[in-house]
Amino acid sequence: MTEIGTTKATKPVWPRLGLTQETIVLFIAIAFFAVFGVTLPGFLASDNLLSLLQNVSVLGILGVAMGIVVIGRGIDLAMVATMAMSTAWTISLMNAGTGALTAVGLGLGFAAVIGIVMGILIAYVEIPAIFATLAMSTVIYGFGRLALVDLDVIYVPEDAAWLRAISGTIGGVPLPVIWFGLVALLAYAFLRFTRRGRYIFAMGDNYEAARITGIPVRPMTVVQYLLSSVIAYGAGIITASLLATVNIRVAQSTMVYDVILVVVLGGIGLSGGKGGVRNVIVGTVLIGILLNGMTIMDLSFTLQNLVKGAVLLVAIIVDSLVNPRDEQTAQQGDI
Amino acid sequence: MSVSDSYAKWRYRYVPDHLLGEVLSKNWIDNAIPFAFLLIVVALFGSLIPGFLSPAGFSDLARQLGEVALISIGLGLVMLAGGIDLSVGSTFAMANFVSLALINSLGWPVWAVVPAVLCVGALIGLMNGILIGYLRLRAFLTTLATLIIVRAAVDLLILSYAREVAMSMTMSEAWFYLGEGFILGIPVNFLLLVAVAIIAHLVLSRMRFGWHILAVGGSRRSAYNAGISVRRTVCATYVISGVMAAMAGIFYAARLGSVGPDTGIGLEVTVLTACVLGGISLGGGRGSVFKAFIGTVIVLMVTNSLIRLNMPSGSTPLVLGLLLLLAVAVDIRWLKNRHKLLSRVYVSPTYFDLPEDPSANVDATSSYAVNDKFRDVTAIGLGDLDGPEDMIFDSHDNLYTGGRQGDIVRFFAPDYTRSEVFVHLGGFPLGLAMDKDDNLHACVAGMGLYMVTPEREIRCLSDETNRSLFSIIDDSRIRMADDLDIAADGRVYFSEATIRYGVSDWAVDALEARGNGRILAYDPKDGSTRTVLSGRVFPNGICMVDDGESLLFAETWACRISRFWFAGPRKGQVEAVIEDIPGYPDNINRASDGTYWVALAGMRSPAFDLSLKMPGFRRRMAQRVAMDEWLYPNLNTGCVLKMTLDGTVTESLWDLSGESHPQITSIREHKGALYLGGINNNRIGRYALPEADQTWTSQNDYWGRT
Repeated sequence: MTEIGTTKATKPVWPRLGLTQETIVLFIAIAFFAVFGVTLPGFLASDNLLSLLQNVSVLGILGVAMGIVVIGRGIDLAMVATMAMSTAWTISLMNAGTGALTAVGLGLGFAAVIGIVMGILIAYVEIPAIFATLAMSTVIYGFGRLALVDLDVIYVPEDAAWLRAISGTIGGVPLPVIWFGLVALLAYAFLRFTRRGRYIFAMGDNYEAARITGIPVRPMTVVQYLLSSVIAYGAGIITASLLATVNIRVAQSTMVYDVILVVVLGGIGLSGGKGGVRNVIVGTVLIGILLNGMTIMDLSFTLQNLVKGAVLLVAIIVDSLVNPRDEQTAQQGDI
Repeated sequence: MSVSDSYAKWRYRYVPDHLLGEVLSKNWIDNAIPFAFLLIVVALFGSLIPGFLSPAGFSDLARQLGEVALISIGLGLVMLAGGIDLSVGSTFAMANFVSLALINSLGWPVWAVVPAVLCVGALIGLMNGILIGYLRLRAFLTTLATLIIVRAAVDLLILSYAREVAMSMTMSEAWFYLGEGFILGIPVNFLLLVAVAIIAHLVLSRMRFGWHILAVGGSRRSAYNAGISVRRTVCATYVISGVMAAMAGIFYAARLGSVGPDTGIGLEVTVLTACVLGGISLGGGRGSVFKAFIGTVIVLMVTNSLIRLNMPSGSTPLVLGLLLLLAVAVDIRWLKNRHKLLSRVYVSPTYFDLPEDPSANVDATSSYAVNDKFRDVTAIGLGDLDGPEDMIFDSHDNLYTGGRQGDIVRFFAPDYTRSEVFVHLGGFPLGLAMDKDDNLHACVAGMGLYMVTPEREIRCLSDETNRSLFSIIDDSRIRMADDLDIAADGRVYFSEATIRYGVSDWAVDALEARGNGRILAYDPKDGSTRTVLSGRVFPNGICMVDDGESLLFAETWACRISRFWFAGPRKGQVEAVIEDIPGYPDNINRASDGTYWVALAGMRSPAFDLSLKMPGFRRRMAQRVAMDEWLYPNLNTGCVLKMTLDGTVTESLWDLSGESHPQITSIREHKGALYLGGINNNRIGRYALPEADQTWTSQNDYWGRT
């Protein structure tokens, strides 16, 4: 039990070589890095690498949040909508003259409420996570557009220096990267060393067994979605700070699938109970390199989507080969 | 009679409580929630929007339905097989673009465009199907990925060729007809939708492939173990879904002729909401084409109305999302709690006032007084039998009886020590009868009326009767055939104890005390079965009267024996013969002196008699107390009565010690001995009747043989 999530997360694909999906992905990432470094002009420039790290860090933070949920055999498709709408509300409140502390508090509270509502829908009403969060992402976007935010694109006010400082640099290292590291470290500690972190693994491994053992599975499910929503809010604030704007249209984009891509690529099985923060970091690095390389190659946004979709598909296929399911082991209604 | 008693009597006579449970037990009740929702939507928006219910409004709705409902039916089939297809929106957009490109830029004729586009849809579906069906990927994420990929492909095509497609315009009349034509004032595509829906419904409910889909969705593992090709079935549903989305795309293209990049965005959420709202369960196995259709009507009405009401932006996704959440929540909770609700409300007791029963004490003056005549009963087949409810003799004196294992066992004359399994029927035989040619007739619980020839050939005579006009549960199927006798003209009269319960839970019928049972007649001339008398309280034993036009039957929970005329001048009349039996009468059979033997399966108890006058008490008991703790009629010890046709009981025979032969459900007099059967017994009892005619047999007497 104590070994789960920290050492070999998945069964080796090629046992003789001792490779896990995580190490394979890591090698692929290094290979891509090398190839891009040689072939793409400007890839290795410090500006580019810094922006790569910065872009990746938001994705990585979201990946950590998604990882926590996926390990507990859930999924949070509303994460990006939560991030966009709660941040957009915070910024538009600040634009309207609300104090920064109040605005941030309200935004955080909004995100937390979303997380709790989703958790209750999934744990107590027993709606499958995939549907609850899919529907919630539509609801969050609709509600936010209707009641909280007037514009699609909201600019960060000029006088909010503290907000800009969040994405500054310390000793040449962009702060977002440090935030990512911090979130990853905290999540690692939570999953690895706290009792509730172990509960999440137990629930992902065998939900019924966890319930029978006496683990408070319903409150713990709520905690998972609460955590993911709150972390998503943090990621949203960092994005706002980086771009100086919030675009709520991102709520309807395919960004959430990038997050899933990061998690699945890194080797966290979607059936739960496996993986850890390290898998997220590896997946994040690969996707970061891929996206950055494609941007430098000047591939159109559409083509990038195509590639990402294809990579996601391949990742799911590999996942299903590594964690095979068949008619005898598949769970009814497990889609 | 007190006021509360008469209130209870009238209330339970005229309020049909049992209908609620029967309605809940029907499959179509799943449609009730979406249908109620539809009514609410129509009422709400009909009052808010002027002209909502106009013919023009319906025409618009019908044309939109002709596109969206096609996709819903496709997605519905996928969901029924336990999957999900999120790529329908992208497939729709792809079909829209491809058909416009083919007809506008390349100038293909319509008859070539349509199959080509359908093939594109089928290919996308096949991709999903192979990935999910054969490679066993997760449907949700896989179709998400194909959604992104196909959408990206459409966007790329639009970037490259949108100008070309938009510049040229087809002049094909047929093409415009697809998009804008009417037949008898109804949009073309709506008619096509109706045709597709009917075909899909027939496939799903009547054909092998449809049953495979439902089986896979209902239980994937069982379907696999039953030999169904699960992978191929799953794959096929995705192909169908792709074709349906492509068909919708063609109509959309013909109607609007635009290759806008936002075609079909978010369509998957709309269609998914429609399916779930209509009542197609996530995870598969439950749902129908009609449900997909009704769900689509609701969703389209809501979204169209929101647009016409000029609601601010954001309200449409908000409402759609809330609808989806509500629909899924209702679906999940309904599925989880339906059977609990059903088991709470299905048992519906009524008021029944049993007459005062004569005493059966040892020193009682009535002929029911307990004695110990059965002390010397000998046992046949002790320990070998399990539940000989009834027994019968053939013309060679061999003894036949049934058993819980589903066999008919034959004991050989004259000493009945040797036995063999005569035939295996597969169901629990209750009443038995023999016709004049030694054909054994058996009422088999849960199966119906069966005949076994002396050559051991088994024939099903009847397992259904006419459906009564206003019954909610399907009463055409015979669930609980109990006892029978054969009339002189060869017709078989048999009782069905209850139509509301089956083999496993017939005893619960005692709590209801309602006339749930009936008497049926099977006519060997044309093989038909008709209900001749209905609404009786657990009709059980049946015995022909010698006049050839009437029969005696026992109503077990009502503790009475009645006479029913099925022919002659009094045809159709029922007359009570004895109404105050102190026990629960079971089978009735002829005696050698022209009277009748009656078996009492158990004796009445004051507590249960009292509870029959308190239906509310029995209802609360059924709802709140565990089934094993319910108050049931006592069915463990009884006796045999001898009665005349005018209802006088002349004699009773008891086993006072309860050791020789307790629990009697059947008696048969044969050559100076009385044979006793019991549904919970492990033997047949034999009791000598020294005074009786030692050559008399019921069969010879009845069929006029000597």
